[in-house]
Amino acid sequence: MTLHPGTETELAHMIREAGGPLAVRGGGTRSPGASGEALSTAGLRGVTLYEPGALTIVARAGTPLSEIRDTLAAHGQHLPFEPPEMGGLLGGSGTSTIGGVVATNASGPRRIQAGACRDSLIGVRFVDGTGAVVKNGGRVMKNVTGYDLAKLMAGSHGTLGVLTEVSFKVLPAPAVEAGLVIEGLDDASAQKAMAAALGSPFEVTGAAHLPGDTPRTLLRIGGLADSVAYRSGRLKDLMAPFGPVTIVTDADAVADDWRRIRDVAPFAGRTGDVWRISVRPSDGPQVAGRSGGDVFYDWGGGLIWALVPEGTDLRAAIGDIRGHATLIRASADTRDRLGTFHPEPAGVATLTAGLRAKFDPRGILNAGVMA
Amino acid sequence: MQMPEPSAAVLARKAEIVAGLRRILPEGAVIDDPAETRAYECDALTAYRCPPLAAVLPSSTAEVAAVLKHCNAHGVPVVPRGAGTSLAGGALPTSDAVILGLAKMNRVLETDLENRFIRVETGRTNLSVSGAVEAEGFFYAPDPSSQLACAIGGNIAMNSGGAHCLKYGVTTNNLLGVTLVTMAGEVLEIGGAHLDAPGLDLLGVICGSEGQLGIVTEATLRILPKPEGARPVLIGFSSNEVAGACVSDIIKAGVLPVAIEFMDRPCIRATDAFSGAGYPDCEAMLIVEVEGSEAEIAEQLGLILQIARRHDPVELREARDADDAARIWLGRKSAFGAMGQLNDYICLDGTIPVSALPQVLKRIGELSKEFGLDVANVFHAGDGNMHPLILFDANKPGDLETCEAMGAEILKLCVEVGGCLTGEHGVGVEKRDLMNVQFDPADLEAQMRVKDVFDPAWLLNAAKVFPLAASDARRRVA
Ligand SMILES: Cc1cc2nc3c(=O)[nH]c(=O)nc-3n(C[C@H](O)[C@H](O)[C@H](O)COP(=O)(O)OP(=O)(O)OC[C@H]3O[C@@H](n4cnc5c(N)ncnc54)[C@H](O)[C@@H]3O)c2cc1C
Repeated sequence: MTLHPGTETELAHMIREAGGPLAVRGGGTRSPGASGEALSTAGLRGVTLYEPGALTIVARAGTPLSEIRDTLAAHGQHLPFEPPEMGGLLGGSGTSTIGGVVATNASGPRRIQAGACRDSLIGVRFVDGTGAVVKNGGRVMKNVTGYDLAKLMAGSHGTLGVLTEVSFKVLPAPAVEAGLVIEGLDDASAQKAMAAALGSPFEVTGAAHLPGDTPRTLLRIGGLADSVAYRSGRLKDLMAPFGPVTIVTDADAVADDWRRIRDVAPFAGRTGDVWRISVRPSDGPQVAGRSGGDVFYDWGGGLIWALVPEGTDLRAAIGDIRGHATLIRASADTRDRLGTFHPEPAGVATLTAGLRAKFDPRGILNAGVMA
Repeated sequence: MQMPEPSAAVLARKAEIVAGLRRILPEGAVIDDPAETRAYECDALTAYRCPPLAAVLPSSTAEVAAVLKHCNAHGVPVVPRGAGTSLAGGALPTSDAVILGLAKMNRVLETDLENRFIRVETGRTNLSVSGAVEAEGFFYAPDPSSQLACAIGGNIAMNSGGAHCLKYGVTTNNLLGVTLVTMAGEVLEIGGAHLDAPGLDLLGVICGSEGQLGIVTEATLRILPKPEGARPVLIGFSSNEVAGACVSDIIKAGVLPVAIEFMDRPCIRATDAFSGAGYPDCEAMLIVEVEGSEAEIAEQLGLILQIARRHDPVELREARDADDAARIWLGRKSAFGAMGQLNDYICLDGTIPVSALPQVLKRIGELSKEFGLDVANVFHAGDGNMHPLILFDANKPGDLETCEAMGAEILKLCVEVGGCLTGEHGVGVEKRDLMNVQFDPADLEAQMRVKDVFDPAWLLNAAKVFPLAASDARRRVA
């Protein structure tokens, strides 16, 4: 049996009355991970406010991500953080909901320039583990009134409360996008090339490196047409010392390249565990080397996607490098053994546990998901 | 405005508490002479003052930790302080509190251009962070008007913004990691040079927590390559409505200026008289700034001017060179100074949905008549963050109270139309008692629970942010 609240009030009632653990799901693109009675947010659906002139959208948590994308696209706007669609990688059948995107702080390649989901998120409503309805932030983008619980909810994987409504600052989508591609770089040179591009004033919106038989280093820029032409020319000059640069102006080709990176498509359908490693970019090549698996880089090298044989303890392999590794796709056994999230230092873990105990004193919301 | 009664037990043990601090800190870093503690009796909200029990100026994270451990053990309240430029009374002490000032901690600890971050001690001023990487072509984006004086620690506590945040975001969007010392004296590393933190986003809730969760002693900040150039245009309009509509149309057209600043007639007049900026004589004025190469600037400004012309501007002034640009910004940048010349003022900071602009400005005009106090409006129009400046005469009995009452009405209006009490200055003591207007008890309860976890005894800056009645039980138990 799955619980299907149709309103926030109903949801609050269900949580108050819950006799045991609840496994909260949005679109079900990810395996639930938590045991307990399923609770679906799909019934909390719809855009409740969209003001293109104020760069603001508000939607109920169960609204499909695709609906948000389409609504914004009709006005030439987009979610700046380029949320991925991981269904292909994770083998789920569902479609992402906006609440699920927030709960996982899911952010794509543009994160290096436009920030993560948590940076665009300007307000939330949620029901905590006691059944209390809480709002925080709102629909305006400059807001420091009280603590920023919206950020705390972003990436909390439903362990502090069940989101019912989320608001975002949106941005104009670039009128034109172009790609730059350098072929044949080894990981270390690619990292240097990406650092040089990101250190330039040309507002690179994507910097990724795909090793392989023919390694490809990809950069992306976007904006008004003349500006994109100018910047791609300047960037090409800047990149020349690293190797021959091809400028890609075909919009579909650029979109396709970056969609694949965003959705971790290179590892979809391949066996093995998938890890997501976040480090300072200059440590990227060394981390990738130690991982011993297939990798590719996003975020200028600061985000490494690694495909390793099932059960590999990647954290042990990468050792003492500052950063963290998250298990994105693995068997339940491996998750149990290694833990999905990087262990936190004791002091931080105490705070985390303290917050959980306050927001969900019975420990019923997505229990174990962030363990 | 009320503050909690000081703890008699703490006041009685002052000598013992101060002696303990002297054992922890080097010579000269503990101040308890009443003549000298006066320097810490207020921040930029000067209407409220109270000398602290003592002030301490530690030089390292370890010293901060030792001080907090000592104060925690003795139940002594602590108020963190950066540069004391808070407009919300965030650094206002009580007479039983120790002010912990970070002024001595101002070193750059690490600069990493390849990974685009800088790590600093939080007593360092905002402007000098940019200063440390300027020669290499980088800058730190959040730029509060107070940037010459205010410290990074204060910026983090208040989640400060600036004129350029429409494009670059506010402090929280440019903060990668902190070293946080809890009231118990524990030193925690949260986040770091990598882009996202594992687990719960503690960094996100620490930023903007107004010094109530811990003392931030070090910060890792994102730095950005400087744009090739920037240029403003000035556009004058015959009404606030039209100016507001123009802002919305610019945004809808898909250009994202770095700044859209709005000034109304009283503000235009006052700043022009003060600075000689040569502003037009009109009802409302926008300064719109874009960035990029010469050609990119021309492309964006072309689009913006085309939109502006559709709104029958009474004035369109493009900056031809750096001098022109400086003149356009001159009046705006001296707005607070100009108002200060005219009279005493309080500066409000509510945010409204951009669409509500005309309606809100009209209502502020009516309130101005009702209360008999002049108001000038200057604000960040792209993001709806208003700064109504209400003028009053501090020497006239009752005028401050009238001014505050009127300010409260304006802030309630901001909330009513879908906005909030404060966009960048913080709640502090100033807006503490209005929090019930924006939040239900459950909303405040959820926020206070976070403080329970970080500072169970409610000793750190506890009289701020939450209405005293709401936090009373917690502060007492503690
Ligand atoms: C003329 C003027 C213009 C201004 N313009 C702007 C503007 O454009 N944008 C804007 O956002 N603000 C502006 N402000 C407000 C103010 O400058 C900011 O709030 C600033 O961030 C405060 O920094 P500070 O170092 O002076 O902090 P303080 O005033 O010393 O303290 C502010 C708060 O931070 C806490 N705190 C300080 N340091 C720490 C630390 N290390 N750890 C934990 N808590 C700490 C204090 O307890 C207090 O609650 C302006 C102020 C003035 C006077």
